Amino acid sequence: MLLEVENLTTLFRTKRGIIRAVDNVSLSLEKGDFISIVGESGCGKSTLAYSIIRLIDSPGEIAGGKIYFDGKELTSLSEEKMRKVRGKEIGMVFQDPMTSLDPLEKIGDQITETLMEHIDVTKKEAWQIAREMLEKVGLPPDRVESYPHQLSGGQRQRVVIAMAVSLNPKLLIADEPTTALDVIVQEKIMDLLNEMRKEGRAIMLITHDFALAAERSDRIAVMYAGWIIEMGDADRLTKEPMHPYTRGLIESVPDVWVDREIKPLPGFPPDLAKPPEGCRFRPRCPLATEKCMKEPPGVDVDGRYVKCWLFEVK
Amino acid sequence: MSSLRAYIITRFLMVIPTVIILLTLVFLILRIIPGDPITSMVGQKVPEEVLERLRHEAGLDKPYHIQYIEYLTGVFTGNLGKSMIWGKRPVIAEIMDHFPATLELTIFGFVLSVLLGIITGSIAAFRRGSKTDSGMRIYSIIAYTLFIPWFGMLLQMLFGVYLELLPIGGRITPGNSPETITGLYVLDSILTLNLTSLMDALSHLALPSLTLGIVLSGAYTRLVRNNLIDVLSQDFIRAYRARGVRERKVIFHAMKNAFIPVVTLMGLQFAILLAGAVLTESTFSWPGMGTFLIERIEYRDYTAVQGAIVFYAMFVALISLVVDVIYALLDPRIRY
Repeated sequence: MLLEVENLTTLFRTKRGIIRAVDNVSLSLEKGDFISIVGESGCGKSTLAYSIIRLIDSPGEIAGGKIYFDGKELTSLSEEKMRKVRGKEIGMVFQDPMTSLDPLEKIGDQITETLMEHIDVTKKEAWQIAREMLEKVGLPPDRVESYPHQLSGGQRQRVVIAMAVSLNPKLLIADEPTTALDVIVQEKIMDLLNEMRKEGRAIMLITHDFALAAERSDRIAVMYAGWIIEMGDADRLTKEPMHPYTRGLIESVPDVWVDREIKPLPGFPPDLAKPPEGCRFRPRCPLATEKCMKEPPGVDVDGRYVKCWLFEVK
Repeated sequence: MSSLRAYIITRFLMVIPTVIILLTLVFLILRIIPGDPITSMVGQKVPEEVLERLRHEAGLDKPYHIQYIEYLTGVFTGNLGKSMIWGKRPVIAEIMDHFPATLELTIFGFVLSVLLGIITGSIAAFRRGSKTDSGMRIYSIIAYTLFIPWFGMLLQMLFGVYLELLPIGGRITPGNSPETITGLYVLDSILTLNLTSLMDALSHLALPSLTLGIVLSGAYTRLVRNNLIDVLSQDFIRAYRARGVRERKVIFHAMKNAFIPVVTLMGLQFAILLAGAVLTESTFSWPGMGTFLIERIEYRDYTAVQGAIVFYAMFVALISLVVDVIYALLDPRIRY
C-alpha cells in the first residue's frame, strides 16, 4: 500500500463550536491508483487532502487517526521531516492556477526553488530540469523566463503540474485542478494528469464533478458532511450506486445523451458545527427510518464500502 | 527598457506644469499677504524716499505681471535669482547651505519610519487577533495622529531635560562639525574618519529623526499588517508550503509581495515627510530648509521662498520617479 489513511479526524475549533470537517475517515491507495474524492462544497474533501500533507491552518487540527505513507506515519512526523515529504514525495496541484503561482517570481525561479529545497543540484542543473519539466507538460521550455501573468490559465495549470511532478513524487493530489478552467482546457489538463499517472504515480483527484470522476478514475470515494459514505470501483459505483446520497448525486447530474429529468437533491448539507443526530444524511434521505437516528455502520458489500443502515449485514 | 526611458522623460516633462502652477500660487500668495521684503528688513521708520529707492533696486516697483514673467524666465534658464534681504546671496547658494541638513534628517526619519512600520506591521500580521496585534494597531493610530511639535517637545523633556541623555536642538555642537564634503554630517564624519563628530551628529539627529520616524511609521504599520495578512492567506503561499519550501523562504516571498503597496506609500509619504520636516526642524532648531523657509516667509523674501518651493517640487518629483522605477523593478506586472 502506498497510502493508508486510518480513522482520520480533522477538526476546526471555531467560535461556533467544533467542526468535524473530516470525521473518522479511512481509505487506501495503491501505487498507480487513481482515486477521486467526490462531494459537495464543504463536505471535507479538500480538508482530507490538506490533512494528508498536514497543511491544516489554525484553528484546524488533525485530532485523531493515522496516515501511513510509503512506510512512514505522517501524523507523528516532525515538521522538518514532513516538509521533506511535501513536494518531494507528495505533489499538490491547486484549484486556481491564477492564484497558486507567485506573481513576482519567474516560472523558472519557482520551479528551481522547489527543486533545490529537496535535492542536491546546482542552480544550472535545476534550471535545466525546469526546462525539461515544462517540455514534459507541453509548454515551450523557454517559458521558464516568463512571469505567471504572461501565461494563460491552462498554461499556468501546466506549470503547476510541472512543479508538482518535478521531484517525481509517488502521489499527486489534485484539488479541483480543472474547476477554474474552460472545458477544452479541462480535458487537456486531465489528459496530462493521466500521463503522470501512467508513469506509476498514484493520483488523488478532489472534485465536485461526478461525471469527471467517473470518466477518469479507477475508484471513487463519495464524501458527505465529513464522512466517506460510499467508496468503490468507479464504473460500478456510477452504474449501481448504493447509498441514497450517491443515487441522488448521480440523478442530479445532467446528461446530454440521455433524455431524463434532472432530479436535484432536496435540502442542503448540514451545518457541521451542529450535525444531525445519527446519520448525517438522514434529514435529506428519502429512505430514512427510525434506525437512522443512530450512526450507521460502515459495511463492506461485495468489495464496496458503504456507510448506510440499508446495507447492514444481518 | 527603452519604454522605461520614455516613461522617465514623460514623468520629468510632467513636472513642468506642476512647477508653474505651484510657482504662480506662491507668487500670488506672497504678494497678497501684507508687507514686503524692504519694510521687513529696514523697518517702517525709514523715510519714504529710501524705501522707494530700495524697492526700485530690488525691482519691486515693476508691475506684478512683469515681475512674474521675469521670474519665470529666470527659473527656466536655471537662475533662481538673488535673495532680497541681507547679503543678497544667490538663492541657490542659500538652498545648498540648508538642504543637506534637511536631507540628512529626512533620510534618517524616513528609514526609521519604514523600519518601525515594517517591524510593527509584520509582528501584528503574524500574531493576528492577539493582544500584540491590538497593541500594534493602537500604536499605528496614535503615531498617525501625533502632532510633531507636541511629540517632539515630549521627547525633548524626557531625553534632554530629565534624563540628560541627548541634546534637544541644533545639528552639531559648535566646533565639532566635520570637514564639508557632502554637507551630510554623518556621511562626512565617516568619510573623514572623525569619530567625535560622528557621535555628536548622531546624538543630535536622534530626537528629531525619532519624532519624524514614529509619526510617519503609523501609516506603514497599518499597511504592512493588512497587506501581509492578505498575502499570507493567498493560494501561492500555501502552494509554496505544499512544495516543501522552508518557512523562512515562504515568509520572504510573502514579505516581498506585501511590500509592493508599501513602496507606493513611500513615494506618497515623501512629500508629507518634507512637510513634517519643516515642523520637526522648527521644534528642534534644525538649520535646514524648513527653518530657512519659515524665516524667509517672515521677511517676505520673495525670491528665496519661490526658489525653495521650486527646489522642493523638483525634489519630490525626483523621489516619486525613483519610487516608480523601484516599483517596476519589484513587480514584473508593471511595465511602462
